[in-house]
Amino acid sequence: MTTFSDLTRLPDARGHFGPYGGRFVSETLSFALEDLEKTYMSLRDDPDFQAEFDHDLAHYVGRPSPLYHAERWSRQLGGAQIWLKREDLNHTGAHKVNNTIGQALLAKKGGKPRVIAETGAGQHGVATATVAARLGLKCDIYMGAEDVQRQKLNVYRMHLLGANVIPVESGSRTLKDAMNEALRDWVTNVDDTFYIIGTVAGPHPYPMLVRDFNAVVGREARKQSLEQIGRLPDTLIACVGGGSNALGLFYPFVEDEGVHMIGVEAGGDGIETGRHAAPLSANAPRGVLHGNRTYLMSDEGGQVLETHSISAGLDYPGVGPEHALWKDVGRVEYVAANDEAVLEAFRELTHVEGIMPALESAHALAHAKVLAPTMRTDQHIVVNLSGRGDKDILTVAKIDGVEF
Amino acid sequence: MNRIDQRFADLKEQKRTALIPFITAGDPAPEHTVGFMHALVEAGADVIELGMPFSDPMADGPVIQKACERALKHNVRLSHILAMVEEFRRQDNETPVVLMGYLNPLERMGLQAFAEQASASGVDGVLVVDMPPEEADEIAPLFKEYHLQSIFLVAPTTSKERAAIICDHGEGYLYYVSLKGVTGAATLDVTSIDQQLESLRQMTSIPLCVGFGIRDGETAAAVGKVADGVVVGSALVSRIADNCERPERAREELKRILSDMRQALDACPGRCFRQDDL
Ligand SMILES: Cc1ncc(COP(=O)(O)O)c(C=O)c1O
Repeated sequence: MTTFSDLTRLPDARGHFGPYGGRFVSETLSFALEDLEKTYMSLRDDPDFQAEFDHDLAHYVGRPSPLYHAERWSRQLGGAQIWLKREDLNHTGAHKVNNTIGQALLAKKGGKPRVIAETGAGQHGVATATVAARLGLKCDIYMGAEDVQRQKLNVYRMHLLGANVIPVESGSRTLKDAMNEALRDWVTNVDDTFYIIGTVAGPHPYPMLVRDFNAVVGREARKQSLEQIGRLPDTLIACVGGGSNALGLFYPFVEDEGVHMIGVEAGGDGIETGRHAAPLSANAPRGVLHGNRTYLMSDEGGQVLETHSISAGLDYPGVGPEHALWKDVGRVEYVAANDEAVLEAFRELTHVEGIMPALESAHALAHAKVLAPTMRTDQHIVVNLSGRGDKDILTVAKIDGVEF
Repeated sequence: MNRIDQRFADLKEQKRTALIPFITAGDPAPEHTVGFMHALVEAGADVIELGMPFSDPMADGPVIQKACERALKHNVRLSHILAMVEEFRRQDNETPVVLMGYLNPLERMGLQAFAEQASASGVDGVLVVDMPPEEADEIAPLFKEYHLQSIFLVAPTTSKERAAIICDHGEGYLYYVSLKGVTGAATLDVTSIDQQLESLRQMTSIPLCVGFGIRDGETAAAVGKVADGVVVGSALVSRIADNCERPERAREELKRILSDMRQALDACPGRCFRQDDL
């Protein structure tokens, strides 16, 4: 790997991003994945398919999302100008819907009457239930029992949308366990079911297609920067759970060498405590989970570790394989923000700009808060505001000691 | 000749169908595993598949997931599992042992170290559930070097092209997953299994064993008519689950169920007979 333009040509034909990615699945799923890959590759450059996708994004999701200059917050921080890419304004409230619109189109082309998904914060579950309702597809959502508790509002939202939410009691009862259960469902019902994976992880071709569907975020942000700032931004910041909103923003900028990119993982109680969900920043060993090779938090025996984060959407021990490669080649810098700093950023943006961010997105804001004051006022940071915070109100209220 | 090939050669001569029990190493506690393995052999096991517990057993149903959880409560590691096989080998140098599990623990131990130590402990074959042949570039030569056979899965959904690749890489026996689904799922369709196995036989001469959905003597015998071997897992593991506090009882139950299957298989002319009749 020599130049950054090589990075745009990945994955290779077998779904590898350098040493990462791949298709580590039990044989029963190989056929379905090959089939999905074929379907996607045939549609990827099909103008009709792209037109349908773009149409849905414009008229159903409400794209393009604005690039908002957070002037007051920038002034307060006293450094770089902060611009927010407003994915929170999308229909359903997060970037997740870009991907579910795309995958739902694939499900429709494949003639599958049923979709399933895993969800952590519930945003991907809601975005899946939404497109399923619109297309009249049966929808089952797997969600860790712990997250069902943490994200009650989204659970009921999915229910209202006609989806069936299945709490997963196995393992650590969070996102990774929901993904295990969704994969088990898919293995069993592969004939009539399309699995809508919610982030740039999973077996090939998922990391590629989820990235492609989210890349609209970066394409818009790049164009908007040129129009509104008059040049490309100096720095991009996005939170990284599995990594879909970050890849979506970063990917169209990958060859712009002057643009610094920072992925912010969930630092939980702090990397040094071991209670976090930051495999890249903590330099976790390489491992294989959910069909791909990546940085993976596992113990010396190779058992996957439980993770800790205030935000259910980032509570995942692995990370998309493309991020793993981007870390190794130095294209993106990965850091972590701790729960405490995240909450502070959540409150600050709400107060200062009247925008309540999702706790996931507040990780990116927490880092912007640290970084901006070290930069000049004529420099520019674009932060991906991946989602809105309505779903997190109960979590924050609980921290504030308020019960409803 | 290695133990797996030897065993299948003997079975062929005896016109018998292989009976292959699966248990999870360390379930319900590490000290019982070797005893269980010997009990399985006494009851008629031809090959033993020993599960390597994993925190995220994606291809397994609830029964084997729980077995993994029980074993992991005791912090069972690959090094412990290899020590179990070594201990088993002190009394039994004939019964082939196949380790079955997921890739991550192997990678974490180091593939070279794993291959070397597994071979030294007396392991004969390894089935890594989440590693199809396309991803085996690194592991396959190591297994060859240390005389470990690579066992692969074939599924009802496997295409002809993929089946050819798998047959190319597979050693020891092919494990035909009889159902779409995870381990422990129900309902078998013997006719369709028969058809699938026939088409595999056009591509390979290695034995074809069938697993997933075999619960008792009846299902074992039905599948035994068309396969070279049957694998039984969840039916055994659920007996262990029911008798966690009474390992002696669990051991007797394992023996009872497996003996039933052995008898049913031996009473019912298997595929080898049928072949001779033709
Ligand atoms: C608003 C929001 N941002 C970010 C994430 C994290 O996912 P990813 O890293 O794939 O963008 C989630 C996941 O639920 C989310 O809801």
